[in-house]
Amino acid sequence: MRNVITVWKRFCRHRLAVVCLFVLTALILLALLAPAIAPWEPTKADLKGIGGKPPSETHLLGTDKSGRDVFSRVLYGMRISLMVGAVATVISTAIGVALGLAAGYFGGWIDRVISAVTDMVMSFPYILLVLVAAAIFEPGLWTIIVILGFVNWPGVCRLVRGNVLSLRETNFVRSDVTAGMPGRYILFSEILPNTIAPVLVYATSVFALSILDEAALSFLGQGVQPPTASLGNLLNAAQSLTLLTEKPWLWVPAGTVVIVLVVCINLVGDALRDAMDPRNNDK
Amino acid sequence: MLKYILKKLLLALPVLLGITIIDFALMSLAGSPVEMMTGPRMSQEAIALRAAEWGLDQPVWKQYLGWLGDVLSGNLGYSYESYEPVTKIIGSKLGPTLLLMGAAMAVGLLIAIPAGIYSAVHRYQKRDYAVVTTSFFLSSVPGFFLALILVYVFHVTLGWLPSSGMTTPNTGGDFPDVLAHMVMPVIVLAATIAGSNIRYVRSAVLEILEMDYVRTAKAKGLGRRLVVGRHAWRNALLSIVTVIGMQLPMLFGGAVIVEQVFSWPGLGMETFSAITSRDYPVVMGVCLLSAVVVLAANLLTDIVYALVDPTIRYD
Repeated sequence: MRNVITVWKRFCRHRLAVVCLFVLTALILLALLAPAIAPWEPTKADLKGIGGKPPSETHLLGTDKSGRDVFSRVLYGMRISLMVGAVATVISTAIGVALGLAAGYFGGWIDRVISAVTDMVMSFPYILLVLVAAAIFEPGLWTIIVILGFVNWPGVCRLVRGNVLSLRETNFVRSDVTAGMPGRYILFSEILPNTIAPVLVYATSVFALSILDEAALSFLGQGVQPPTASLGNLLNAAQSLTLLTEKPWLWVPAGTVVIVLVVCINLVGDALRDAMDPRNNDK
Repeated sequence: MLKYILKKLLLALPVLLGITIIDFALMSLAGSPVEMMTGPRMSQEAIALRAAEWGLDQPVWKQYLGWLGDVLSGNLGYSYESYEPVTKIIGSKLGPTLLLMGAAMAVGLLIAIPAGIYSAVHRYQKRDYAVVTTSFFLSSVPGFFLALILVYVFHVTLGWLPSSGMTTPNTGGDFPDVLAHMVMPVIVLAATIAGSNIRYVRSAVLEILEMDYVRTAKAKGLGRRLVVGRHAWRNALLSIVTVIGMQLPMLFGGAVIVEQVFSWPGLGMETFSAITSRDYPVVMGVCLLSAVVVLAANLLTDIVYALVDPTIRYD
């Protein structure tokens, strides 16, 4: 508990990151409360708004060509994008931690196989893998979540493996081994808690990356499929030059939200890294 | 040294093989491309005939071994769409992509290296925070969104730059013309590269600045310019080189999206259309090529590292 307080105190020294944390919390709340806040149904058309009307009192951010309220769609899109990012991050972190622990702790051929697979996935042009997978399996919400979850784990895996290897050489783990503690205890009660901080920091960047990738894939039409709104497929509207020029309210809000989300997540993650770094005691 | 290189090479081969197996397995999961392209009007016999012609009636492992055998003899197969050899397609599209990636890498590093050093030298000052925050911003803007903004500003509003293709249609496409077409895609790619590299350069230089020999250099009374330019920067270069090698796959991925947005006639656009039309030989060819390039870059980084750093043992 005292640890958490010191980390929080150090985190607060990064004023920008604190601001970002607030913005992020606000956006997440907006996304969670979307059904209560959104003035219109995200997939329901307002007959008066057909054809894409500019922002007005009834439609804060205007409407798209089938008359749907853009503000409501951005709220719901944020919900979907955040969920894709969060679930994909949980999946890849879980896989990465499990494989990294196994590779680092058991060593030998297990380590060699896991490391080889990690190398393979890592030296793959990432977007290529995602695109191929997205084209092959039906594009859709869960496909994209699973794909993003399965391509981002190698970084976590390497990180955990490296940490386990260096922790194994520390005196407290060695004394456990000497005392004859069971492997299960050493692995989960000694090694795992000590790798949580860097994994948490890494997970924030995976979260940011997943949101970016979802946006890119949906923008290319290979991700979340309409009528479900996601920040990426809202931007899809801007692929035609006429919409890009004449109806900026269709794409500017969604794009801005993506940038704000990703910048905030990255800055919070960076401040967290600083705050959790035990070498940073002096400052 | 030679032994070290050979060993690394031998270690890279199974990884390469593994990548091709994953690719092939993924694609065979997708089902046969024949049905998708031929449409409902073709008879079952015609489909079967086509499948037999392409070897798609064989079990997957046999198809894979056949493909592997062809690759080893220098034949990447033929496109299902245009019936052209894959090597020819890749060869004709590679140039524009390399041009784009090379220019973006150069511009990105020209921004990232000075900015990173500047930021490290002025550590914990306002200037440092400004540079670091900018770098976070640059790496957080989705490439395609930046592309849209650029198109909106420079093409639609100002009319300065063309928004698609590599040359103006119906002209020969001389150097200034290609250059004008390159500006926006290069900016988008370079922004991402600069964004992530500023922080790498910064931390690499910071690490070196805390070394004893830098302190000695400072204590000797050398000016900051000499200390940073001669002692710190050169040593930091090593870790910077490693990071650049690791970023190649990311750069290629970025090129796929940027080429798509700007209709740049390169490998990325070709790949995207091959993926959506399930032109497997082309997709396999591109995957193989990119895997080879990435692994070669890793190998080169390892070798450079081993050459420069005497503490790495070769055994």
